[in-house]
Amino acid sequence: MLLRHTTATEYKREALTINPAKTCQPVGAMYCALGVHGCLPHSHGSQGCCSYHRSALTRHYKEPVMAATSSFTEGSSVFGGQANLLTGLENIFTIYDPEIVAVHSTCLSETIGDDLPQIIGKARSEGKIPLGKHVIPASTPSYVGSHVTGYANMLKAFVSYFPETTGTKIDQLNILSGWVEPADMRELKRIVSMMGLNAVVLPDTSDVLDTPMTGKYKMYPDGGTTIPDMVSMGDSWHTIALGEFCTRDAATELENKCKVKFSMRELPIGLSATDRFIKALRRYGKVSVPKEVEDERGRLVDVITDMHQYLYGKRVALFGDPDHLVPLTQFLADCGMKPVYVVSGTPGKIFTPLMEKALNGRVPEAKIMNGERADMFQLHQWIKQEGVDLLIGNTYGKYIARDENIPFVRYGFPILDRIGHSYFPSVGYLGGIRLLEKILGVLMDKIDATCPESKFELVM
Amino acid sequence: MDKMKNIKTELPDPSALKEEILKRYPRKIAKKREKSIVINDPDAIPEVQANVRTIPGIITQRGCTYAGCKGVILGPSRDIVNIVHGPIGCSFYAWLTRRNQTQPPTPDSPNFMTYCFSTDMQDSNIVFGGEQKLRQAIKEAYELFHPYSISVFSTCPVGLIGDDIHAACREMKAELGINIFGFSCEGYKGVSQSAGHHIANNRVFTDVVGRKTDKGRLGKFQVNLMGEYNIGGDAFVIEKYFKEMGITLLASFSGNSTIESYEYSQDADVNMVMCHRSINYIAEMMEKKYGIPWFKVNFIGANSSAKSLRKLAEYFGDKELIEKTELLIEREMARVKAVADRVRPKVEGKRAMLFVGGSRAHHYQELFNELGIETLSAGYEFGHRDDYEGRHVIPTIKVDADSRNIEELTVVKSETLFKPELQDKKLLLEQKGFKFEHYEGMMPTMKKNSLVIDDINHWETEKIIEMMKPDLFCAGIKEKYVVQKHGIPLKQLHSYDYGGPYAGFEGAINFYLEMERMLACDIWKMVDAPWKHEPSIMGSMVYE
Ligand code: SF4
Ligand code: SF4
Repeated sequence: MLLRHTTATEYKREALTINPAKTCQPVGAMYCALGVHGCLPHSHGSQGCCSYHRSALTRHYKEPVMAATSSFTEGSSVFGGQANLLTGLENIFTIYDPEIVAVHSTCLSETIGDDLPQIIGKARSEGKIPLGKHVIPASTPSYVGSHVTGYANMLKAFVSYFPETTGTKIDQLNILSGWVEPADMRELKRIVSMMGLNAVVLPDTSDVLDTPMTGKYKMYPDGGTTIPDMVSMGDSWHTIALGEFCTRDAATELENKCKVKFSMRELPIGLSATDRFIKALRRYGKVSVPKEVEDERGRLVDVITDMHQYLYGKRVALFGDPDHLVPLTQFLADCGMKPVYVVSGTPGKIFTPLMEKALNGRVPEAKIMNGERADMFQLHQWIKQEGVDLLIGNTYGKYIARDENIPFVRYGFPILDRIGHSYFPSVGYLGGIRLLEKILGVLMDKIDATCPESKFELVM
Repeated sequence: MDKMKNIKTELPDPSALKEEILKRYPRKIAKKREKSIVINDPDAIPEVQANVRTIPGIITQRGCTYAGCKGVILGPSRDIVNIVHGPIGCSFYAWLTRRNQTQPPTPDSPNFMTYCFSTDMQDSNIVFGGEQKLRQAIKEAYELFHPYSISVFSTCPVGLIGDDIHAACREMKAELGINIFGFSCEGYKGVSQSAGHHIANNRVFTDVVGRKTDKGRLGKFQVNLMGEYNIGGDAFVIEKYFKEMGITLLASFSGNSTIESYEYSQDADVNMVMCHRSINYIAEMMEKKYGIPWFKVNFIGANSSAKSLRKLAEYFGDKELIEKTELLIEREMARVKAVADRVRPKVEGKRAMLFVGGSRAHHYQELFNELGIETLSAGYEFGHRDDYEGRHVIPTIKVDADSRNIEELTVVKSETLFKPELQDKKLLLEQKGFKFEHYEGMMPTMKKNSLVIDDINHWETEKIIEMMKPDLFCAGIKEKYVVQKHGIPLKQLHSYDYGGPYAGFEGAINFYLEMERMLACDIWKMVDAPWKHEPSIMGSMVYE
């Protein structure tokens, strides 16, 4: 057994996290910053954090992930990291020439108490930041929140820096995207244009973390939300913010700063959440829903009705990030499945009420847990107590899946052992079909592999 | 610069390339990097600046002290609960990402390597201190798992808020009655992973080695293998050879190992050091305290594997052992040769670059030599001058503030466990030319004018690729796709790209086949769309 020391008997833990269902803020900040064109993320701390975050993102995407670091040593830890950041910025602009440097802090620089805006101000007054270039700070201590919080904080930093109000509204919406894959961000843009609307999607990692092989490396790939687009967000009609945990702060900031009102929606994962997204586009874009979109929806509903018998009543365990889990759980319940265990390491009191709303009383036995010690060890113990038919989560789930012989669908961050997540969307109606394809694939493969020969079916 | 082809003993002078690299840097940086970019001359080895701080803002390959301590040295042992004291990330990223394989003897034997333990510090712990939480976490780990040992690793914020992890470990050790020890391996402690190796070596030496003294002899020839981490199953291959030869492997530091085995590792007759950088400290200390001699081995490459096994047999000088060893080598070499003969013509003359780790950038050149692949440029991520120029330069290495940070233990001879007979044996063998405590380093084996670059960064990587156009690049995950987007295959030498084993004869064969796959692969020729080189279709949109 891979996780041979895990048993069904729970022991009350107050201090020890085992097999976490979260990681730390800066990796989220780094991912978010990569979704801005010409932007180089910079990790203000010791170089180890940056190395780990780049490695994690690289393994997930199998793409270059560039970021610089302040490379703290003992001295910087004692005297503060100002000198490191000043030299760092000068070197970055001279050697790597980005348009924007997005600086995020680490546990170390936060514990020291480095004041990023002050240091950046100093760098500017000392001429270390060339004219027309931008440096943006985000505070991302990992002893608060999780990687999701880091994404939210970086997104907020972009929004408080770039958008401007000219006084003249322009015919566009803002879409603040929660943490999804490049393919999903591409799909959001496609849906918006199918609806006949203009929108700025921020951030946008498509064409950044799914770039083509051309034989020529580009340090700053073609994709990413551009500076003029971000600036124009202050004049948009309305903001649709997708994902409570990742985008509410940024949306609020934009509203306060530029008086652009916002609506919170879930990420459009599955049928109901996509419906709500389309309704929001329809309402705030003042358009009617074209047949094309209705047809896509119809195809998703069609697939669910066709395959309902294989989904109905199946017990599912999920772990991952709140903004994914809420709509995903609702989708599974919409399909007649039973999401019985849901775990997220990301803290936040609103998670349980959101989950309860998503489940809407359909799975009374559901166990939901988030925050400290809401980890995969806990989830595994629940599974040992009463098994499930399906497990959904990041790659680390494969250890539980193999030990317990549970069909497993990879979803979330990080996915280190399969491809596809960055190329095929799982948002929107089409994304819903892809999710079902994956779920049905593993469920039915297990039937095919384990049913008695006499019960082996050709047509399913 | 034109593609350099078919050069036999000497490469073209890369001074122009060096200039080109340095030109981009601010003056101060250029001055610093200049000393780490060196044009090799095997007959008069130039000095390389190594093991110095990475410049802020530079996109480096390097990781931190914690990564070297927890990730590299302690990570591959299976019977210990490793609790990372700090915020969640540090522990999360070191969770199973290094591919250390392990084989517990039975389905019930302990194996915690698939688990990730953290105190997940919150802001209140940062403000009010995390020691109490750490004690509680140790207790919970004990109650849940009853492991053989527990260890604790400090991450950056811990050092700053002043938690005394060693006091916590001592108290819990007294309370719970198992061995519990801690590592002050905060990421900022050194300039790279290397500091973490040293910190790990120190604590394993003081708190683990020598705890068990009643083991008695387990075999006629008892050895420890050091600095072999069982990436991709390398250690399994070497263990197989030892078994066939009748060698008893007491402890492996640390691939496929248990902490329990370290506790009686002082019973070994000799220590073999594979990765000199990460483990030479403990080999040195064990010699001082227990009298165990050490010598350098290398199981990467068929020839060096044969050489290393022969050296081991020669050390014991036992006739039967020598015969068995020769038989093994003869049999395996025949297999190796068959594959090499087939692969070599396909890859001969190709040109490689290696920038990785603290020994692999050297060791893997052996495999390239066996295939006739030429090394244009190489360097370490966290090596020291001795790993480049050879151990004889150690007395001349300047101790700077960063190195002074890492404790040098004062080791005294053990009254009861020191084995003078091993030292006598060493003397005798030395007189016959057997080399102990010897490592020649990377540069004497590299060609004249090959470019040696320590702690290479992103800019330099891009530049040498652009100007030298290698056929193959070896580095790690962060570099992998950058290089491949240039249209050049990259072989990861930390994780082996999830392949391997590459150690021993079997490993050499695997590596040859891997080179055949990577270098003769058609897909790189298909990068450009077929219409790319055809004249574009002009003319009007009128149907004819
Ligand atoms: S110190 Fe903080 S930012 Fe750095 S890896 Fe650890 S948890 Fe993440
Ligand atoms: S916080 Fe320190 S110990 Fe943790 S990953 Fe970062 S540099 Fe390494």
